[in-house]
Amino acid sequence: MPHHLIDALVGAAAALVLPATAAGIAHNVTLASDIAATVEVRTVSLEFPVPGEFLKDAIPAASPVEKVNVGGFRIMKQQVGAAAYALCVSDSACEPADSAGHTGEDVPVTGVNYRDAVAFAEWYSRATGYPWRLPTAEEAAAAAGERFAGDAFSAAADDPANPAVAWLRRYREEAAAKRPADPAIKVRGYYGVNANGIEDFGGNVWEWTSTCYSRTTLAKDGAVESRTDNCGVRVLEGLHRAYMSGFVRDGKSGGCSVGTPPQHLGFRLVRDDSPLAHARLAAVRAWERATGS
Amino acid sequence: MFTRRQALMGAAAAAMLAAMPPMAAFANETEIAALPREQVALVAPPFVHAHSQVAQGGPKVVEFTMTIEEKPVVIDDEGTVLQGMTFDGSIPGPMMVVHEGDYVELTLVNPGSNSMPHNIDFHAATGALGGGALTLVNPGEQVKLRFKATRTGTFVYHCAPEGPMIPWHVVSGMSGTIMILPRDGLKNEKGEPLTYDKVFYVGENDFYIPRDEDGNFKAYENHGESYADTLEVMKGLVPTHVVFNGAKGALTGDNAMKARVGETVLIVHSQANRDTRPHLIGGHGDYVWEEGKFANPPAKDLETWFIRGGSAGAALYTFLQPGVYAYVNHNLIEAVELGATAHFLVEGDWNDDLMKQVEAPGPIPTH
Ligand SMILES: [Cu+2]
Repeated sequence: MPHHLIDALVGAAAALVLPATAAGIAHNVTLASDIAATVEVRTVSLEFPVPGEFLKDAIPAASPVEKVNVGGFRIMKQQVGAAAYALCVSDSACEPADSAGHTGEDVPVTGVNYRDAVAFAEWYSRATGYPWRLPTAEEAAAAAGERFAGDAFSAAADDPANPAVAWLRRYREEAAAKRPADPAIKVRGYYGVNANGIEDFGGNVWEWTSTCYSRTTLAKDGAVESRTDNCGVRVLEGLHRAYMSGFVRDGKSGGCSVGTPPQHLGFRLVRDDSPLAHARLAAVRAWERATGS
Repeated sequence: MFTRRQALMGAAAAAMLAAMPPMAAFANETEIAALPREQVALVAPPFVHAHSQVAQGGPKVVEFTMTIEEKPVVIDDEGTVLQGMTFDGSIPGPMMVVHEGDYVELTLVNPGSNSMPHNIDFHAATGALGGGALTLVNPGEQVKLRFKATRTGTFVYHCAPEGPMIPWHVVSGMSGTIMILPRDGLKNEKGEPLTYDKVFYVGENDFYIPRDEDGNFKAYENHGESYADTLEVMKGLVPTHVVFNGAKGALTGDNAMKARVGETVLIVHSQANRDTRPHLIGGHGDYVWEEGKFANPPAKDLETWFIRGGSAGAALYTFLQPGVYAYVNHNLIEAVELGATAHFLVEGDWNDDLMKQVEAPGPIPTH
C-alpha cells in the first residue's frame, strides 16, 4: 500500500491512483530512496545582486552586488510536482493549487502562493522525516548557477534631477526583454538541466524563495543608511527576479512584481539539517507570528 | 444655386450663410465631378494618415479603399484567439480624416477569401442607415459609396449587416473612426485656433470569448463554429476582454505611444459598442470633446471623460512632465484585468515646480 504513495512522491509514476485510505498514512514514508531526488550544491562564492529596492541619494538605484558564500545544502533536482502537491491537498495539509487541468502528466505544481509552498514543505517534512524548506534567494542563485538571472534592470546612470529618466529606461529595458508568451505548463525536465544537474531553472515557472522584500536607503558612498523589511512580499527567482505578495497564486496578477510578470508560480525545496538554516527559518517564523501573516 | 438662395434671403441670413463653409448647399453630380480628387492611403492605428489641420483650398473628393479581412487574431498574452473580422486588417479599422464639406468616397472590398457579407455604417453620414443599406457586399464583391461630410467631429463607423450579425460583427472587430475637421481647424471655447503636434487613434473593443468546462478560453476553427457560443457570452453583457487597438497590451512596450514634454497630442478614442471613460494617469484633458463633435465648445481640464458606446471623442493635451503615462479606461478592473491600458512614453525635462518627492521613502522616524 505505501508504494502507491511512494511512487507519487517520487513523481515517477505517470498517472497516480491514490486509494482514499492512503491519505492518512503520508507520515509513514521514510525511506530516503523514495523521496524527491536532490542535488548537493557545494559552497560557492557568488557575485549576488541583493534583492529588494534600493534608493541612493533619494533616487532608485541598481541592486548592490555583494560577494556571498552559499552552499552546503541539498535542493530538489526538480520543481515540486503537481502529483506530490495533490497528495498534500488530499491530506488536508495544503490548499488546492489554482492551476487546473494538468492531471496525469508529470508537471510541476503551479498556481501556488508562498503560503502554499511553506505548507507543503511542512507536510513534506512530516511525510518524509527530512527537514524541507524553501531556499533563500542566495541559495536559489547558487543552485541556478549559470541560469541565475537576478534583477531585470541595468545599473545605468540616471538623472537625479529627472526621475522620469529612470522610469523610461526601466520601461524600455522591460519592453526589450519581453519574451513571447509561454503559457503551456511543460512536463518536468522540459527546460533541461543546468551545470549543477538541476532541472528547469529559467523556464516558465518562477520559484518562491523565503527571502523577504526590503527597501534600503544607501548613502552616497553606498553604505546602508536604513532598511525596511516587508515579509508580506517574497522574492521569486526565475527568468528574471520578481517580488510578489505571499498570497498571490497567479504570476500575471502582479502583486508588487517589477518587470514583465512571471508566467507561473511554483517552487522547489531545500533539504538540510544545518543549524544555520534552522535559525534563518525561525527568524522568518517569528516575523510571521509577530505580524500575523 | 448659391447666388439664387442668397437673393431669396435677407441680409442677416446671407451673412450667416457666408460664414458657413462653401458647398453647404446641395451640389449636383456635374459640380461634384468638377471637384479636385485626392487619394489617401490609410494607415493602421494608433497612427493616422498625414493630413492638414486647416483645409487647403476648397472642398474635394477624398478617396479611401478598405479591404475587409476575416482572420483569427490573438487578443492577449495567453494566446487567446478571436475569430476576428476587420476593416483593412486592423482592429480597430483605420481612421480617416477629411474636412467639413469634403466628400468621402469609399471603395469597400470583400475578397472572395472571406465567408460572410459585410457593409459599413458611417455615423458621420446621412441616410441609408449611414450607408449600410447601400454597401452590403458578398465575398468576391466590392462597392463604392460617396457621402458628404456635413458635420464636424469624430464619428464611429462599423459593420451592420443584419439582425444578430450586427453586434457580432462589431464585437469581432469591425469598427473604426472618421474625423471630420472644421475647414479652419479646431478651436477653443473662444473660437481661437487649437492645433496638435501628433494625433493618436485609440480604438477600444469589448470581446466575448467563450470558455470550456475548465474555464479556459475556447479556440474555434472558423467564424461559423464560434458564433453560437459567442452569442451566448455576448448576451451576458460581460466582456472577457476590454482592449485598446485590438489586443491586451497592444499599445504598451515597444508599441507604447511616444511624445515629448511640450508636445500637444490629440487622442481620438472610439468605442462602437459600449460606454468607456478614458483617463490619462498623471495628466489631463486640456480640451475635450467628449461627444466628439467640434461644433460644441470643448470641455476644459477634465480628469476623465466619457465616451458613449457607439461614439468617438477627442481629447487635446500638452504634456508637461516626462515619464511613463498609463492611458486607461478608468473602470480600473477593465483597465488592469481585462486589458484596457495603453502607455505614453514622454521624454523631456522634469519640472520640480509641478511635483517633487521632498523626502524619499524611508523608515518612520522615532523620537
Ligand atoms: Cu461585417
